[in-house]
Amino acid sequence: MITGKVFLLDDNIDTDQIIPAQYLNLVPTIPEEYKKLGSLALSGLPDSYEKFIKSGEETAEYTIIIGGKNFGCGSSREHAPVALGAAGIKAVIAESFARIFFRNSISTGEIYPIESKESLQQAFKTGDEAEINIEENYVKNLTTGKKFELQPLGEVKNVIDAGGIFAYAKKTGMIS
Amino acid sequence: MGQTITEKILAKHAGRTSVEPGENVWVNVDVLMTHDVCGPGTIGVFEREFGKDAKVFDPEKIVLVPDHYIFTKDEMCHRNIETIREFAQKQGIKYHYDPGTPTYTGVCHVTLPQEGHTRPGEVLLGTDSHTCTHGAVGEFASGIGNTDAGFVLGTGKVLLKIPASMKFIIDGELGEGVMAKDVILHIIGKIGVDGATYRAMEFAGSAIENMPMEERMTICNMAIEAGGKSGIIAPDDITREYLAEVTDKPYEVFFSDDDAIYFSEHVIPAEEIVPCVAKPHSPDNYSSAKDCSDIKIDRVYIGSCTGGKTTDFIAAAKILDGQKVCVDTFIVPATVKVEKSLETEKINDKTLKQIFEEAGCLPIAPPSCAACLGGPVDTFGRTHGKEVVVATTNRNFPGRMGSKDSFVYLASPYTAAASAIKGKITDPRTIL
Repeated sequence: MITGKVFLLDDNIDTDQIIPAQYLNLVPTIPEEYKKLGSLALSGLPDSYEKFIKSGEETAEYTIIIGGKNFGCGSSREHAPVALGAAGIKAVIAESFARIFFRNSISTGEIYPIESKESLQQAFKTGDEAEINIEENYVKNLTTGKKFELQPLGEVKNVIDAGGIFAYAKKTGMIS
Repeated sequence: MGQTITEKILAKHAGRTSVEPGENVWVNVDVLMTHDVCGPGTIGVFEREFGKDAKVFDPEKIVLVPDHYIFTKDEMCHRNIETIREFAQKQGIKYHYDPGTPTYTGVCHVTLPQEGHTRPGEVLLGTDSHTCTHGAVGEFASGIGNTDAGFVLGTGKVLLKIPASMKFIIDGELGEGVMAKDVILHIIGKIGVDGATYRAMEFAGSAIENMPMEERMTICNMAIEAGGKSGIIAPDDITREYLAEVTDKPYEVFFSDDDAIYFSEHVIPAEEIVPCVAKPHSPDNYSSAKDCSDIKIDRVYIGSCTGGKTTDFIAAAKILDGQKVCVDTFIVPATVKVEKSLETEKINDKTLKQIFEEAGCLPIAPPSCAACLGGPVDTFGRTHGKEVVVATTNRNFPGRMGSKDSFVYLASPYTAAASAIKGKITDPRTIL
């Protein structure tokens, strides 16, 4: 069960909006730079959005992102799911994901990329409290009380639960 | 049952006779490319998971091409280049195009073909979404993240889902003033930025067959802008002639069977395609150049893996010969070889460089990715305010070239050069 505050995004949120290219000098495997990436997550969003991370804070007050279609399109930068994970996001629910972002989310184990069965952009607003039940494939808006079905994560869930592909491969004996 | 070129290549690399879309298979990797932006993280994953003293799977199958943040004062960027340098030395990596040395080349996706690392029938992965460029020679090429690349560094293998293929047949002759960039922007405009998600985009038809290699690269480069996993074009005599100049390694060619099964087929008459732009802020925001002729611009940027090759500069020079630009015009050759070609390729007895100088373009920048993706604040050509830019690059989501207040129109080198002369978006057919 994942519970927390929702941050709402539109269709086609690309990796430059998730983490602008000027911050790609940060290396995700260096702990202090991982943290820094988190503090810069979604800093490329147009100013029409609320600030994802309040100034002076290192992480976001949100746990769940609700997006639209083609979430994470654009570059192959793993910095994108890493920045969201480092900022405190546990899951992104979207109508669809771009391929490389989806794969990077799983490989790193940073966030659960979950597809919704319908558009949820009218059903949530930024700041709503929500609860995701991955076993039973639903997300509930605790602010409105409404519940929505999600696509099953399947085998992907086990990989993310383990903490990414390397951790999963070690746990299951695929690699030593 | 027939197979597509993509299925045949992946089956071969999985040790199978056939594969079906949707299957997950372990595939042997022929070439893994990484650069300064994703290389240090990839190395970090490799050393964390396999150990500090672990050896890479094959030092001759890894190609290191630092190209993104080279000409900057940013110390962290310098550190990242140094991380790659140390790794290359420690691992004995054969192909390392090192900045600040005579081996430096420039943009990875133009370096790979120019230095003979792309071959038909192979599997090439890179830590860059535009790795799909290399399908232009008839190989499977796709972008991956650091963690997957770290796994490949250690094992030489990757788990891939076999993509279904979409076939795009462009038959007929492209009109005057129409380039590969117009073809791919036309296609993306039709299917959208997620129109090919998870799928291989296969390009065929007489208009594609008549294109030189560099134009084919422009098409495959932007498969990712439709969400594609890869782009691919069947190899032919043009491919063989290009490769004969750059590699003597043997390769195997594959072709789609006549009865191969496609997710969808799209027939586009070449005559339908006109000079066009992708308006802000999405590569699928299509408009003909003509319909944008009232849009005033502040600058033109000619460069990047998709729009900074010799063919692109020849096209721009054809338009700019004897003309004057009236906005800041940035010329950024993709590689050192492209840079040199600006002094050897001639139009009307003038080198491309002379033409650009006489037209009033800004001094030619050293080869790198430069402002295509914004980058550090001191990057050449980066936007900092509300600039309206016509760029021969491949992506125009908000903030892509630096400032999220700037407006980027993607266009061919013809359209970009014509727009530089008029100071507004211009159909190049009005000048040619």
